[in-house]
Amino acid sequence: MEKFSIDPPKKRILPWSPSRRHRKKLRCISSEFQEHGWNPHSTPIPNRQGIVLAGGGSESVRRNRSRNKLLPRERIDRLLDPGSSFLELSQLAGHDLYDESLPSGGIITGIGPVHGRLCMFVANDPTVKGGTYYPVTVKKHLRAQEIASQCKLPCIYLVDSGGANLPRQADVFPDRDNFGRIFYNQAQMSADGIPQIALVLGSCTAGGAYIPAMADESVIVKGNGTIFLAGPPLVKAATGEEISAEDLGGATLHCKISGVSDHFADDELHGLAIGRHIVKNLHMAGKQRAMNSLSSSLRDYQDPLYDERELRSIAPTDHKQSFDIRPVIARIVDGSEFDEFKKLYGSTLVTGFARIFGQPVGIIGNNGILFTESALKGAHFIELCAQRNIPLIFLQNITGFMVGSRSEASGIAKAGAKMVMAVSCAKVPKVTIIVGGSFGAGNYGMCGRAYSPNFLFLWPTARISVMGGNQAAGVLAQIERSTKKRQGVEWSQEEEDKFKSKVVEAYEREASPYFSTSRLWDDGIIDPADTRKVVGLCLSASVKPVPDDTKYGVFRM
Amino acid sequence: SPDKTEGNRSRSIEKILIANRGEIACRIIRTSKRLGIRTVAVYSDADEGGLHVKSADEAVRIGPPPARSSYLNASAIIQAAHRTGAQAIHPGYGFMSESAEFAQLCEAEGLTFIGPPASAIRDMGDKSASKRIMEAAGVPLVPGYHGNEQDIDFLKLEAEKIGYPILIKPTHGGGGKGMRIVHGPHEFVESILGAQREASASFGISTILLEKYITRPRHIEVQVFGDKHGNVLHLYERDCSVQRRHQKIIEEAPAPNVLNEFRSHLGEAAVSAAKAVAYHNAGTVEFIVDTLSGQFYFMEMNTRLQVEHPVTEMIVGQDLVEWQIRVANGEPLPLAQSEVPLSGHAFEARIYAENVSKGFLPAAGVVHHYHPVPSSPTVRVETGVEEGDTVSMHYDPMIAKLVVWGENRDAALVKLKDCLLKFQVAGLPTNISFLQKLANHWAFESGQVETHFIEHFKNDLFVDSTDAIAEETSNAAKLGASLVAACVCRQEQLALKDNFHGGDCLHSLWYAHPPFRVHHSARRTMELEWDVDSNGIDSKLLNLIVTYQSNGNYLIEIGDSDSPALEVRVAHIGHRDFRIDADGLSLDVSLALYSKDHVRHIHIWHGNNHHHFRQTVRHKQSTDDATDHKPSFEMASHPKGSVVAPMAGLVVKVLINEGQAVEDGQPVLVLEAMKMEHVVKAPCAGYVRDLRVAAGQQVLDTTVLLSIKND
Repeated sequence: MEKFSIDPPKKRILPWSPSRRHRKKLRCISSEFQEHGWNPHSTPIPNRQGIVLAGGGSESVRRNRSRNKLLPRERIDRLLDPGSSFLELSQLAGHDLYDESLPSGGIITGIGPVHGRLCMFVANDPTVKGGTYYPVTVKKHLRAQEIASQCKLPCIYLVDSGGANLPRQADVFPDRDNFGRIFYNQAQMSADGIPQIALVLGSCTAGGAYIPAMADESVIVKGNGTIFLAGPPLVKAATGEEISAEDLGGATLHCKISGVSDHFADDELHGLAIGRHIVKNLHMAGKQRAMNSLSSSLRDYQDPLYDERELRSIAPTDHKQSFDIRPVIARIVDGSEFDEFKKLYGSTLVTGFARIFGQPVGIIGNNGILFTESALKGAHFIELCAQRNIPLIFLQNITGFMVGSRSEASGIAKAGAKMVMAVSCAKVPKVTIIVGGSFGAGNYGMCGRAYSPNFLFLWPTARISVMGGNQAAGVLAQIERSTKKRQGVEWSQEEEDKFKSKVVEAYEREASPYFSTSRLWDDGIIDPADTRKVVGLCLSASVKPVPDDTKYGVFRM
Repeated sequence: SPDKTEGNRSRSIEKILIANRGEIACRIIRTSKRLGIRTVAVYSDADEGGLHVKSADEAVRIGPPPARSSYLNASAIIQAAHRTGAQAIHPGYGFMSESAEFAQLCEAEGLTFIGPPASAIRDMGDKSASKRIMEAAGVPLVPGYHGNEQDIDFLKLEAEKIGYPILIKPTHGGGGKGMRIVHGPHEFVESILGAQREASASFGISTILLEKYITRPRHIEVQVFGDKHGNVLHLYERDCSVQRRHQKIIEEAPAPNVLNEFRSHLGEAAVSAAKAVAYHNAGTVEFIVDTLSGQFYFMEMNTRLQVEHPVTEMIVGQDLVEWQIRVANGEPLPLAQSEVPLSGHAFEARIYAENVSKGFLPAAGVVHHYHPVPSSPTVRVETGVEEGDTVSMHYDPMIAKLVVWGENRDAALVKLKDCLLKFQVAGLPTNISFLQKLANHWAFESGQVETHFIEHFKNDLFVDSTDAIAEETSNAAKLGASLVAACVCRQEQLALKDNFHGGDCLHSLWYAHPPFRVHHSARRTMELEWDVDSNGIDSKLLNLIVTYQSNGNYLIEIGDSDSPALEVRVAHIGHRDFRIDADGLSLDVSLALYSKDHVRHIHIWHGNNHHHFRQTVRHKQSTDDATDHKPSFEMASHPKGSVVAPMAGLVVKVLINEGQAVEDGQPVLVLEAMKMEHVVKAPCAGYVRDLRVAAGQQVLDTTVLLSIKND
């Protein structure tokens, strides 16, 4: 193994340390990166973010406050350990997805510590369409549960929802991964010993009533919280009975008579305080995360020698330009130290060992097209990490596997299959960051969404599609032309160009990270400067005390 | 016989039992240790684990908390001395220090009593007798009646002879206990009865004397010292004029605005007084100086080492406890009168646990935070408590004495003000901010002290009247609250990081500063309640919004306020000390945090300010359905007409019966706490209902005693 180091270490510089903020970090980026890279001030993330953070708009926020209710993010802040971090997921879910705006998909999800224990939060946003479940809302809820299940995180549901969105019931209700799956997941996780806690802070109607009912422990707030299968209007319609919401399914009823809820809260703040106490009293016998069990996680670590903010300008916005993945790695790993594995072989895939906040990791990054050798090297390295129980970080910037006769003859399909087999079966925590292109089978080999990495995040420079727009246009145009030829129809160059540009345009739109993230093909778009932190938080959430055994299928040799 | 003398001389004191507690016990132990003398502390159950117990080489338990069963239990103390082999007993001040019987008992038991001869204690302890002796010795006396006749009518006639106002004093004891001022004949009988009752409760003897009450007096006292060889000298005077409830709170030496000639007259008179009773060891002769006429009169002699002796030590550069021990050993005084130096000026401020706004009522409770100023050659802190100790209602509520020295009065005063500003006590009400106001008052600064100083300037000292002051106070409080918010955020973050670190860097990442948020800054709100006035009647809720900025600073906004957002940088120095950068100003601040009765208390000391905020902590367990939950009377605000105990104490007398009609302001109960009597009065006219207490019952503050109803 050859030691790869960018510069001899000169100074130890701590991140986020105000006393040292005046110190300049080392810089090694050419001005070219500054010009071509992602500029946080001109690209739309912050703007979109502003809309998202405003929730359902000032009027509904005002109405929410007038009922003595906090906004979902404020509720989560009150549950978290004071001043602790919160890894929010898929903030831009539902963005531009429906005719009406649906900030954050109407539900806030994320991970944060309560009494030192990492929990998954799922909080309805009542200011967005009354907290009702759109298809993407369901998807986001299920994704949060999937992560919780995978990482064994206690779930805290902050319920304040009108239930399924009735006009869209067909896309919400019947299928396997629809509304009903939420309760199935609750049951499965509870069976698996993963605590399920529901705080009923608002209405909890129809199917929603099962969230607290299925929970291990639930809290209901006097006045605001209600749980019933049918609300007063429906009850009246069905049976003629006239009853108030509070009497039908309020805190007193459920805590004193029905037993649907366990804890009575005088008001919302009280309810949130009870929520914290429930977590404090959790005792996951034998399942609590044992410190230091996975690895020789260091007590101390060194920050990268290079300024993490420079990550914003490394990846060029022009996707035809390639860039070296090593400067990215240098800004993510401890002390910018990266022990590269098999450096000279299959050099379009960069593999090696490093640490992130003391946690040993294996890093796999793309430095160009995947060749047979690169794929074999990748498979080898993944096996190595799985054997040693080292979490894997994938840094995707991949246009695909090499095509052509030589490539096919070298058995690239076989080599790619080996890498896909290794990725699919390796039972170590996996985190994928798409920093640039993510095209075709490259997406598979590099642990795309279909390969269930524990977390997958995008940079604003990411592009995701089965192939590049131009290539697709070329392929489609060729097919079109032969069809037309068979039909004996003349196809002018002009028409062909128009056809092609339409395809390119569609690919361009659909490859956008915003298109992806609004459909929940990922866990969110992050500021590249936050990459190290986000990866660290993801690892912290996914590292398990007892590693799972990796078993591979049959490798085609 | 010569042999016996020889034997005594060779047996210098090697081990002392200190028959006292608190700061004075610690003070005596300190000097003893320096002299290589071993020490024995005694303690009541209330003081188990107290600082004086820990400081001594050995400690003996002498009884339950009430002083009568412990620190006043002579036989238990003597037994403790025999058991530990102590050869001498130092009584400190208060308790047994002025008991002639005890001094005699010590000598009879073969123990050296470190103090004056029993005869001198007896002579001076009886105030009437002492005045007769002084009169014979030519020491000037205040006009009054010091006779044995205690008949009320006779005393009333005597009072009229002397002329009102009249001061009633018990013939025994001190410390202002049992004293009454009578402005006219109509108050005379009630005052006499109260004084007698209090005197008998405190000292066991109920005889009283009458004196002319001097309206603009100064209280000046002279420290004297005598040895067993007949030498007596004085160590100059102290001014102890600034008093409340007849107890001193700021003392100084030498007395300000006094000519040297007056000083030597005073000293000579004091030495004559001491010689008249064949005095040895430390004593203090108190004089009352009529500021209008310039006359001084003998008041009394305190036959002990006094609370305020350190101010004298500071200006003469001597250790009076060491002198006491040497005199007790039979050594001659180490200096002659002409050799006694007089250098600079010293102040002593007594820091008490008390409710200044409630008429200086003694307070009891836990000292949750105690950071006195550091000691130096010019700053002394005499203290008997540590952080976490309880100031018990059984004894004097003094927490500490702050003693400072300067080249002259002005220099010493500058130091006193600085030290008061930095003296941090939290957990129970104290008089520190009141002492600050006193020290900063123009009349005090110019040395215009007299016994009624506090009463004369009460408008300056108790009222924050003008709008300008109110606004200034409010702005300072808002700044204080903002700094509290920033420091609390920092502190909590550090604490959480430590708590959950567990050697795992990855996990501690969740507690990194500033906290991570996706594409936005973390914010939190904090509600702090602040008392607008010191009585705690008018309070204001400050709603603070903290934004964690990416550079690690805190941006603090106050809701419903037009004050601009404040960016604060916080560096943690240690424990609860922080260095703050805010609005171009860099300063040190200290925090104290503790919880009491479901309320979190936060104190902050910043610049010239000390602020106290409260945060309501949510009940951990709900009371189930609030609709059928009836709050207990402690929780609810008391209904109109309820009479609530103003403090914790013992009911000594119930003056009314159930159903009896009372007038507004009529005394209904007498409560005793800290050996002081407090008369509880009817808040309105009406009939007594729900009388819940009886004489001899212990009550807590906020206990409802009875109610007065109109029907």
